[in-house]
Amino acid sequence: MNHYYHAGDLGRFAEMGKGNPELWQKFQEYYAAVFADGALTEREKALIALGVAHAVQCPYCIDAYAKACLEKGSNVEEMTEAVHVACAIRGGATLVHGVQMRNVVDKLSM
Amino acid sequence: MKGSLQSRSSPLAAADEQRRVLAAAAVPPFETALADADLHPLRATGVRVLQINVGKLCNQTCGHCHVDAGPDRRERMTRETAELCMAALESAPSIDTVDITGGAPELNQSFRFLVERSRALGRNVIDRCNLTVLLLPSQADLAGFLAAHRVRVIASLPYHRPAQTDAQRGEGVFEKSIAAIRKLNALGYGDGSSGLELDLVYNPVGAFLPPRQQAIEAQFRRELRARWDVAFDRLFTITNMPISRFLDFLIASGNDAAYLQRLAGAFNPAAAAGVMCRDMVSVGWDGALYDCDFNQMLDLTVATAPAHVREFDADALAARTITTGNHCYGCTAGAGSSCGGSVVP
Repeated sequence: MNHYYHAGDLGRFAEMGKGNPELWQKFQEYYAAVFADGALTEREKALIALGVAHAVQCPYCIDAYAKACLEKGSNVEEMTEAVHVACAIRGGATLVHGVQMRNVVDKLSM
Repeated sequence: MKGSLQSRSSPLAAADEQRRVLAAAAVPPFETALADADLHPLRATGVRVLQINVGKLCNQTCGHCHVDAGPDRRERMTRETAELCMAALESAPSIDTVDITGGAPELNQSFRFLVERSRALGRNVIDRCNLTVLLLPSQADLAGFLAAHRVRVIASLPYHRPAQTDAQRGEGVFEKSIAAIRKLNALGYGDGSSGLELDLVYNPVGAFLPPRQQAIEAQFRRELRARWDVAFDRLFTITNMPISRFLDFLIASGNDAAYLQRLAGAFNPAAAAGVMCRDMVSVGWDGALYDCDFNQMLDLTVATAPAHVREFDADALAARTITTGNHCYGCTAGAGSSCGGSVVP
């Protein structure tokens, strides 16, 4: 194994059920329920998932949800905006911690 | 856009090469999936639709075309063969719908004869229209002709935005398509009350499956109304068939294996039970008979009934065994795919 990430491993996800089938089954049911049409459509949820996939920087999730977004009828302009939302939140989260930095500086400074 | 496979002298222009590629795909044979669903061999349930492909001539050269149609193609149905089609129709009262396709079927000199004769025989007529043909100077009266004969128009529009549509169908096609829809709307097509039905066809602009039909129809209706002020009745989702120019795209882009596996992995027994070939017959430009337009492009004529329209035998066709292959995964994946959109809700 020369790499930590292999594209083919996404197709082996279900092997995680071998260690604890009961928890895997619960996870599968929960996952399916989360992504079903509800107050948000399947298409909207796939766009959110795509943004989150970029925020958590999971290559498997990016692969899966780029495809899922297309198969739910989204286009690359919408998908790009979802990635920008993730980017803005990550960037904003970094920047807002700057207030903590300022608090420290203010406390220490004359 | 690239030209037709034939104009490029591509090996895939030959049906036997396409069949070879499909048979070698790393998926379980389609017949195995059918057998697991207790559907092998697949049999017809009747003959309700007569689909007539009048030839390969088209004013567009779309990247996914399963016909390999284009302006360079010369195969076209003669008046004599068109008359044989109408004799077959007259002999078969079970056929309630004549579905005319191509190429751009309107460019065939017998198109209007087929429409007029079919309507005179009391049958419904579908025109599978690429929309831009309505703007050709030679077809200035086409929209009025279609409306006068109450022809249902089923028109290709793969996406509600220009970039995606043009990427598949050619530069400027989206804008022309909208102009053509406006022309049809002005005649009452798509208004939901005139009885003039305009349905659109979505197909993925790439190597992925279509969305749920109901969901993408709502999206199309909202976007086309808001951005372009045009209307339609229904939207059908169709899966891209891995043959001809789409197969060429799949191979060139390195998506062929994954796409075939995606289709096979999404095999749906309910969709297989409802595939369109079970109650239709497809006629080629030369009068040969096929189970569907896709088998037609793969040169797979009907196997257990007379295979030319001059010997049309509705009873034998209604009881025939349908020829299948790995391309059939394109009609049975997910919610299924047919000329009338998804097969199962």
